[in-house]
Amino acid sequence: MRDARSPAPAQFGWLLAAVAATLAPHAMELPYWLVILCAGLIAIRGALLWRRGTPPRQLLILLVAVAAGIGVRFEFGHFFGKDPGVALLAVLLCLKLLESRNTRDLRAAVLLAYFLQLGLFFYNQTPGIAALALAGSLLTTTSLLSLEDAAARPAAQLRASALLLAQGLPFMLVLFVLFPRVQGPLWGLPTDAYSGMTGLSDTMTPGSISQLGLSDAIAFRAEFNGAPPPPSRRYWRGPVLTRYDGRSWRPGFSTIAAAPRYQPSGRAYEYRLTLEPHNQPWLLALDFPAANIPKARYAGDYRLLAEQPVRARTRFDLRSYPATAVGKDESTIVLAEARRLPANFNPRSTALAHEIAAGTSDPATILARALERMRGMDLTYTLSPPLLGTHSVDEFLFDTRQGFCEHFASAFVFLMRAAGVPARVVTGYQGGEINPVDGSLVVRQSDAHAWAEVWLAERGWIRVDPTALSAPARIESGLSAALQDWDALPLLRRPGMDWLRDVRYRWEALSNTWNQWVLGYNPERQRDLLERIGFPQPDWRTLAMLLGISAAGLMMMLLAWAFAQRHRHDPLDAAWARFSGKLARHGAARHPWEGPLDYGKRLAMTFPEHAEPLRSISEGYANLRYGAEPANPHRVRLLARSIRRLKLK
Amino acid sequence: MPHRYAIRVLEAANCIILGKDRELRLALSCLIARGHLLIEDIPGVGKTTLAHVIARLIGLHFQRIQFTSDLLPADIVGVSIFDRETGSFRFHPGPVFSQLILADEINRATPKTQSALLEAMEERQVTADSETHPLPDPFFVIATQNPSHQIGTFPLPESQLDRFLLRIRLGYPDRSAERALLMGEDRRELLERQRAVIQPDDLLAMQQAAHAITVSERLVDYIQALLASTRHSPELAAGLSPRAGLGLIAAARAWALIEGRDHVLPEDIQTVFPHVAAHRMHSAVDGRSVTPEVLGQLIRDVPVV
Repeated sequence: MRDARSPAPAQFGWLLAAVAATLAPHAMELPYWLVILCAGLIAIRGALLWRRGTPPRQLLILLVAVAAGIGVRFEFGHFFGKDPGVALLAVLLCLKLLESRNTRDLRAAVLLAYFLQLGLFFYNQTPGIAALALAGSLLTTTSLLSLEDAAARPAAQLRASALLLAQGLPFMLVLFVLFPRVQGPLWGLPTDAYSGMTGLSDTMTPGSISQLGLSDAIAFRAEFNGAPPPPSRRYWRGPVLTRYDGRSWRPGFSTIAAAPRYQPSGRAYEYRLTLEPHNQPWLLALDFPAANIPKARYAGDYRLLAEQPVRARTRFDLRSYPATAVGKDESTIVLAEARRLPANFNPRSTALAHEIAAGTSDPATILARALERMRGMDLTYTLSPPLLGTHSVDEFLFDTRQGFCEHFASAFVFLMRAAGVPARVVTGYQGGEINPVDGSLVVRQSDAHAWAEVWLAERGWIRVDPTALSAPARIESGLSAALQDWDALPLLRRPGMDWLRDVRYRWEALSNTWNQWVLGYNPERQRDLLERIGFPQPDWRTLAMLLGISAAGLMMMLLAWAFAQRHRHDPLDAAWARFSGKLARHGAARHPWEGPLDYGKRLAMTFPEHAEPLRSISEGYANLRYGAEPANPHRVRLLARSIRRLKLK
Repeated sequence: MPHRYAIRVLEAANCIILGKDRELRLALSCLIARGHLLIEDIPGVGKTTLAHVIARLIGLHFQRIQFTSDLLPADIVGVSIFDRETGSFRFHPGPVFSQLILADEINRATPKTQSALLEAMEERQVTADSETHPLPDPFFVIATQNPSHQIGTFPLPESQLDRFLLRIRLGYPDRSAERALLMGEDRRELLERQRAVIQPDDLLAMQQAAHAITVSERLVDYIQALLASTRHSPELAAGLSPRAGLGLIAAARAWALIEGRDHVLPEDIQTVFPHVAAHRMHSAVDGRSVTPEVLGQLIRDVPVV
């Protein structure tokens, strides 16, 4: 029985490498004790291999397995879903490795390793993870090959397995493009699918947005059809907060309709928005979205909403009209809410508001005066403002005088309301940077922003950004330009990190392409693609037929290539063909019947000034081609190099 | 670096037979390949001298058999004669029991006599009166025959010609060689004074070494292509047999050994091919032996891989 042989150290070594490469990327997701356990088991196996020891007793391994199972049960509380499943498989793979005595055991471990590479995609599907999984597959395939032929050289085995994977590549592409797509991820388990999505929430308390400011994660990308609006006009609308309880801001009453309540006008910007999942319905459109956007609804506070919370990366083709006038006919309910203030909060600010409003009832005048006062207050814009107590607006305006955008917006809206002018807080994102590599506008969590909207009877809702009073640079050039204390900024937002930023731009452009074309390849895209290559209304039968034809065609091509390969790919033949081709250009082609030595002698006579290299090359070829030893690859390379370097006048 | 024994033999031989280096090399190859040599030429160009020289230089025991129409097989292989003292027949070995035999004008003898020699050549043993007598080792036959279809000759049939590994022609010497020959010492005297430069054991060692010369797969590809082209050529009545193919490899190995290589090159095959092939094939047009031009064309038709 072939499989009962005990494996050679080299075979074990390959498998150890494969398992380590497979489990290493999992370490981020697995509980730490499990990572340590797995690393320990692999290390023990490595030590046994080194010392040529025998595997531990079966009973001991069984005990460890049971203990690990109990540990997993404690860690996750159950055995269902991807997390406990992957954790168990990881431990079992290491234990299998430890108890392996024969080739069949190793085969089982190889299959498990393949499965765990697939398991990497349960957590995320970035190009990086794909590359890691590919590296794991390469090593695992190599170890599978080594089980067949333990004697081959490591480099040759690696090359063979890379070749195998490369041969599989066209089939993978065909299957990817043509296999019927399923909407959404296959393994989207409800319990743990949506945890860990970050983004704006629909409540704002002092400090909630500055927390986001620390995050470098991408919130969404926008690709403009034409030039994007200038930074100071890039306000991406998120939750509109009207209700204030003295500390936190919450959304107020708002209608939801199939059409907007305004007439879009002015210049339009067309763009494609790719939202990262944030588990909320709002789409963060640029103010103010056009009518008739498919699959979107319009909130009364001018947000654009999706039908369901965005739980997967989603793309929307949008159009916005920033110059549209909105809200002249705002309902009294909304306006009443926008004037309401809780009693007994912020007495000093209330007094200031009354002072501002003294002697006038014109909201525009009050607005201008309030802005004037706030500008004169010498407030500092900072990512790490001091903590505030009960009268947060008072403390911000008169004591600490340091705040992030939510402090500015909150204080300003409070002042306006206290002076009797309807106002509300709008949260969302402001700015974003253009990735110079692919030209897309990238908006990160650190671009999260809060600003104010004030209602004037003759103009409707107008945007006022009180942050701009103290930190105009925040609006014009983004967060890092506005802050003085860089230490608190995410590493890549600090100035002087240009090369790093450049690397990141490239990486993000790559991820964006990956997201659009690999992860975003959904049933619609598949249909579009098929229609574009001439298959209108493709159904599963068309897909199956195309799949079959492509697979058969690929198989034929692979076969033809393999046949051609048998003769053509010999590097020695290639070098010799290159040599005679080179000399043919100098009028001394080799006669087909001419042997290498005869050819070399003839060349030496034709080109007496190059007689030495010409003769030594042809003799070298004759030796390697017809010699007693099989052609040594190193010497073949040397010969090929001297042929490349050969220069005739 | 050519083989050291081969250098010694060839240097000495070239002093006696002038301007025939290539033919000497081929003759030596034939000897190293354990084949037999057929020399086809007009009288007086040095066929006998060649045989003498080789025997002398290697120290081989030499016998010359002049073939005539009344030569009998027993004159070659020997006879059993009744010994009165012992009261039994005793085998008296004939001239074939030598290390090197010159069978002069082999086509003058009757086919029966010819075949007695040729069987001995093939089997390296002689059977007389149901007793088998092995021939010495090395055992090398150089046969000569006149090319013209003279009266009273029995041309060797193809099947017999096949027993000869190589056929060479000596031809007239070139002008300078002939001048040196005419002005120099008597060849016979030179030969008398010449001592052996290697021993028969050295020759056996060379024969074994030739056997170990590498014939790569690519070269076999080439040889097969060459054999196939003889079989498909419209100019030839019949192509080369597998035995001819084996002979081709053996002769090329010996040639490569003389050249000092441990592997056979297509050039070696091309060098020995006309001498291996010429006497084994006939023209499809007139039934005569193939011309050198046809053989050259055969080589040029087969690409070296």
